[in-house]
Order: sequence, then C-alpha cells, then structure tokens
Amino acid sequence: MTHPIEAFAARLRTTLAQTTETLELGGRWPEAIPLEGLIAIMLVLLAAVSVALIAVVPIVLVLMERKISAYFQDRLGPTRVGPWGVLVTLADGIKLLFKEDLIPPQADKMLFRLAPYVVFGSSFAVVAVLPPFRSTVIGNLQLGLFIYLAVSSLVVLGIIMAGWSSNSKYSLFGALRGAAQMVSYEIPLGLAALMIVMTAGTLNMQHLVMDQVGGIHRWYMFRNPFLFIGAGIYFISSIAEVNRTPFDLPEAESEIVAGFHTEYSGLRFAYFFLAEYANVFVVSGICVALFMGGWSSPIPGFQALPGIVWFVGKVLVLVFVMMWIRWTVPRVRVDQLMAVCWKYLLPISFVNIVGTGVVVLLEREGWGAELPIGIGHMMWIAVPVVLLVLGLLAFSGTAPVRPRPTTVGR
Amino acid sequence: MAEPATRALRTDTMVLSMGPQHPSTHGVLRLELMTDGEVVQDAIPHIGYLHRNFEKYAENLTYPQIIPYTDRMDYIAAMNNELGFVLTVEKLLGRGPRPVEVPEKAEYIRVIVCELNRIASHLLAFGTYGLDIGAFTPFLYAFRDRETILELFEELSGARLLYNYIRVGGVARDFPPEFHHRLRRFLDYFAPQVDVYDTLLSNNKIFLERTTGIGVLGVDDCIQNGWTGPNIRGAGLAWDLRKEEPYSIYDRFDFAIPVGKNGDCWDRYMVRMNEMRESVKIARQALDQMEERGLLEDENFTANVRGTLRPPAGEIYMRTETPRGDLGYYIHSDGSDRPARVKVRSPCFTALSALRDMSRGLLIADVVAIIGSIDIVMGEIDR
Repeated sequence: MTHPIEAFAARLRTTLAQTTETLELGGRWPEAIPLEGLIAIMLVLLAAVSVALIAVVPIVLVLMERKISAYFQDRLGPTRVGPWGVLVTLADGIKLLFKEDLIPPQADKMLFRLAPYVVFGSSFAVVAVLPPFRSTVIGNLQLGLFIYLAVSSLVVLGIIMAGWSSNSKYSLFGALRGAAQMVSYEIPLGLAALMIVMTAGTLNMQHLVMDQVGGIHRWYMFRNPFLFIGAGIYFISSIAEVNRTPFDLPEAESEIVAGFHTEYSGLRFAYFFLAEYANVFVVSGICVALFMGGWSSPIPGFQALPGIVWFVGKVLVLVFVMMWIRWTVPRVRVDQLMAVCWKYLLPISFVNIVGTGVVVLLEREGWGAELPIGIGHMMWIAVPVVLLVLGLLAFSGTAPVRPRPTTVGR
Repeated sequence: MAEPATRALRTDTMVLSMGPQHPSTHGVLRLELMTDGEVVQDAIPHIGYLHRNFEKYAENLTYPQIIPYTDRMDYIAAMNNELGFVLTVEKLLGRGPRPVEVPEKAEYIRVIVCELNRIASHLLAFGTYGLDIGAFTPFLYAFRDRETILELFEELSGARLLYNYIRVGGVARDFPPEFHHRLRRFLDYFAPQVDVYDTLLSNNKIFLERTTGIGVLGVDDCIQNGWTGPNIRGAGLAWDLRKEEPYSIYDRFDFAIPVGKNGDCWDRYMVRMNEMRESVKIARQALDQMEERGLLEDENFTANVRGTLRPPAGEIYMRTETPRGDLGYYIHSDGSDRPARVKVRSPCFTALSALRDMSRGLLIADVVAIIGSIDIVMGEIDR
C-alpha cells in the first residue's frame, strides 16, 4: 500500500504538468523534480502545519487549566486579556519571549541550551502517532504504539540534561527525581499498553481504533475487567509521566523550588512549559486511542459528528480529570511514589497481563462461542468475586484504627 | 581490569542550603541540610535574617509607643502580641499608685479580636501547610475566609495586619455601628467551614500518608524543648494558658482544649483545626455576653490613661496564649516612662529548636512537612 502522501504527490505532479501544458508555458519543469523531492517538500510542509496546529494545543490547555483551577478555588482566573481572558496565554508567551536570556555562569552552556529542545522535541514528535480522525494520521505507522513508547522516553533525557547542566542543587534533585520517576512509571505504562497489543494483535494506532468502532461497549476499556484495570493503571502512570500532582516531584515547588527548570527563564522556560502541556495532551490522546475508542462515536449507530470531535472531546475529558486531580490532592513523597509504582501498579499489571492472556487465548480457541455472553463479559462477574474473596481474606483481622485527636474539656 | 564498583563510586554528603529565600521556609529561615541523596542526615537552622532589634528599640520608647512594635513580631497574630504586652504593662501599673481599670467592654472586645486573630492565624497555618504538602487549593480557601476577618479588623482598627488596636487601659476604638451583626454573620458562616477543610485536606489519604508518624515528639521531649501552644497539645498535653492561668476574662467562657495523641505532624495540624472551632465558640459566647450585659450600647471602651505612663520600678513577667504558644514579656521598669529592659520569650524559637532532632534521617519532603507543622513565624523568632 502506498502512503497517501506518495499518491498525493504523484497526482500533484500530473496536475501541475497538465496545467503548465494548458497554459502553454512550454516548460515541463514539474517532471524535472524527482518524486522523492516533491514528497520531501510536502512532508516538511505537513510537519510544519502539524506543529503549528499542535502548538495551539498547549495554549488552549494552559488557559483551560488556569480557568478550571480558578473556579475550583473560588476565583475568576484570567479576565483581562481578550474576552474571558482567552488571550492570556499568548500574552504570557510574548512576555517570556521578551525576557532576558539568562544562562547561569556555572552552567554547562551547550547542554543547558539543548535540554529544552530535547524535551520539547520529543513531546511534540509523539503527536505524529495520534489518530485524531478516521482518514489519516500524521504518520500512519505500523509500529505507532511502539514509536510512542520509544520517543516519549526521550523526555527524561532532556530533564536530566537540564538538571545536570544547570549546576544547581535543586535542579539536580529535580532531575534525579524525574529520571527515577519516569523510568519507573514507564514500566506499568508499557505493560498497560501491552495488554491492548495482546488483545488487538497490532501496534498500528489506526487499526487499534478501528477495532473499537461501534459504540461504547466495543471500547477496549469495557471489553473485560483486566483491560478496565489496565486503563486505570495507564491513566495513573501517565499522570506520573507528565509530572503532575500528586506525582509532581521533579518540580515540587515547596521542596526543591522548581526542580529541574529552576534556573531556566524566558523562552527556554516556555519550551518546558509548552512541552508539559503537549505531553498532557499526548498521554490523554494515547489513552483515548488505546482504551476509549479513539475517534469513534460512543453511541452505536450515531455517526453525525466527525471523528475529530469525539477524539478531542474524549481527550479533554481526560485532561479535565487530570486537572481536577491536580487541584485537589497533595503531593506524595518520593518513597511513596516509588512504592505506588513498584509495590502496587507493577504487580497488578502482571496479574492483568496473565488475565488478558487467558481471555485472549480462550476467545481465540473459540471457547464459550455457543454461550450467550462472551468470555470477557463472564470475567466481569468472575474477577470482582475473586477480588471480594481475596479482600475478605486479607482484611478479616481487626483493621488498624488510627487514633484521632480528641478534645479534653476541663 | 575493571575496578570494583565500591572503589569507583565515592559518595559524599551534599550540603544543601535551603533558604533564606525558599518557598516553604515560612519567611527567612535558612536550613543547612546535610543530605545523602534525599535523606537528611542533619538539619541545622540558621536564624537572624529578620532581626529588627525589638528589645533594644523598646528601651528607647515609651510604653504606648512599644505597642506597634509588638505587632511586628508575630505579624500573623498581631492582636495577640499586643494583648500580651498591654496586659503585662497593666499588671505592672497595678502595683503603682495609679492602677488602670479596664472597662468590661474593652475586655470583651479584646477577647473577640484575639480569638478572631487566632482563627486568622490558624487559617494561614492550614493554608500554607497545604502548600507545603503540595496541595494548592486549600491555601486559597483559607485566604478567602481570612480575608473576611481582615476586613472586620480593618473596620475596627483601620489596618489589616498591624493593628495597634489594643492599648493600655482598653482598646483604640469602639465597635463601629452594626459591627456585631457582621461579626456574627461571619461566625455563623465560618463554623461549618472548618468541616469543609477537613473534607478537603485533613482526611485526604495522601495528606495522612505524608503527615502521620512524621516529626514525632512526645510530651516529655516537648517539655524538654520548652514547647508550648498547639505544638505541645499535639503531643497530648492539655496545656493552655487560657485555662491554666486565665488572663483577661477567659475564665468566663466555656471552651475545650483540643489535644492530639501521637505528637506527629498530623496531630499538630489537627489541633489547630479544632482550635478554630473552639475560637468560634469563644467569640460567640463573648458576643452573647456583651448583648446580655448591654455592653454593645455602652460607650466606655477605654480607661482614662491621660498623661505619661510611669509604672513603678520593678520587674514583671507575664505570658499569654498566642496562636503559637506561650508568649512571655519580661519588663524591667526603673520608674521612668520607658522600660529599662524588655525581653520576649518566643514560642516559635523553642519550637524551631527541636527541628534538628525531629528531622534527622527523614527525607527533604518530611523536613518541609515538619517546618509547616510547627507553624513558625520568623518575625517572632528573630524579633
């Protein structure tokens, strides 16, 4: 199958040739351009357009976060720039653009300059595999999901570079925390994605979504309880991946000032900032594609709205939940962060993998084909029963009661 | 070929100078942290960045002139600082030929403003503690409600933070018209609000994980360190000067002393939350009693203290319960209009002195949690 870009380039060349002939310009220059060259030019253009479009995403998300946090906190949030404060992010961006370009004298200048672009670049590159609508993805890759896991890991490299090159102790703490956290949480995240790969048998994002078309019951999340738990694990890990409360340790302002970007200001800081919000969008987008049906309509038979509306809508719901969590809960401690990952998420992920494997195997073998309900649906009954029994066994002793402060009247 | 890993990896303690400019050192405290990775091996507090020579200034000022300077010590609870100083001076004057008779209305107003100020101070402690633990929203909730108290104080004294309101012999001004209605409306609004805070932060799983069992100091150690106020009550000792040595008219009110059990960060925090409830009770009772005794219509809010105050020669020490603990004033008078010596016993200073013992072996995040839980104000430590 030829890539749509290739087909389009070929058609464009023919059209150009015809046009020049009709206009009797005489030259046959379009054919002088090699097809590869034309494709390259078009890819660059496509990339530029995509980046420009995606750069809008953080701008919208920043406004969203500021407004949502404001309403959570009984304030109005930005109201001055533009109607309802919609232009405040642009104003902030312009302000950051005009700030003095500061590099600490003790910093490793090359790494210090490079770090924001590594973070920014790897966050934005991942957008390529998102499937926002049916017809095209920016890169319809057979290994889409794998590319996502691989490229998004590069963010941690940028964070370490930033923390190390700043030559500040707070930055170093932030960078080391970030490295430990992101490397750890990548494992449950990858395992959750692996469950989907096992079920679907493909790494192509578009194919994953295609398999979920047909309504909310087709979503992987609701196929069987293991995938449902997997969706939860993925979401928790993705919050940790993007360093947001309760897992915002790399930039915990009450402990290590601003973490790895303490020494950054101006435009370089803006790059970290944009990357953070681009990341939020991307992890939510991947979560939507993997577990929540991507661009497909959740209502069976209802096809009136275009796919992108559903996709963006679902992503914004997840982003809203992330913001909701961020502005509600405190931050965990660094050892608790690791405990959540290694003691809870990872073992649960392994059990999940086995469970998903059993379901996939049984379905492939055609078990229960004559039954009115599928294997996955039966698991919805079986798994909670098992959990209940295990829970009763585990907590059958007397539960430890935390002594509460009391009031002594005298 | 390859060297053993133990020889190749030489590790060293890192000294992290946390503060004086740091988001969670509550002012200008500097901590010298000896860290091994995230583990704090030693935390040495360095103070003095906010030293303003209060005690020396006081030697060169007349007694009424000192009152605004007391505001600037614990600027979060200025009314309580004023009350302590004014009561000390009044007690000293009581020994002389011209004792000061404080009118009943002034006593009630003093109690009301001090309890309101206590609520405002605890609200700030609650909000910033949320910030220390990483929750931003409680801070703004706390400041929203603190704002109402500050507006009431502004009506009363003209200032929002440093009031200079409680004076020797009474208070500076009477209640403005209809003030008691606004005050009662605030108390009615605020009482259930503490439950909202508990739902939002106090019983949050992450918050509990972060604060229980951290920075434990038992009753004995608390006494050894000279701890007072909510900090020692968090360890379980019901020590409150408003009950132990009732000053002003605190013996006329019915209120309880909230205490903790384990002496950890959560208990100290929770004591403050419960104290806000008790302060609302006290302020309500004071307002009710004022109405019963017809004091709202009374216009006698200050004693006649015309002329220069010259307390008799001698020494005096008196302490009161501020939101942070026992605040003591020692005044040495030589019979002139200025004190020969003023010494302040600061509850925050003693609280901070135990930080080193509490934070050894914990993580950096725990040290932040401990500093927040002992609720120090550097203005009072450095004076």
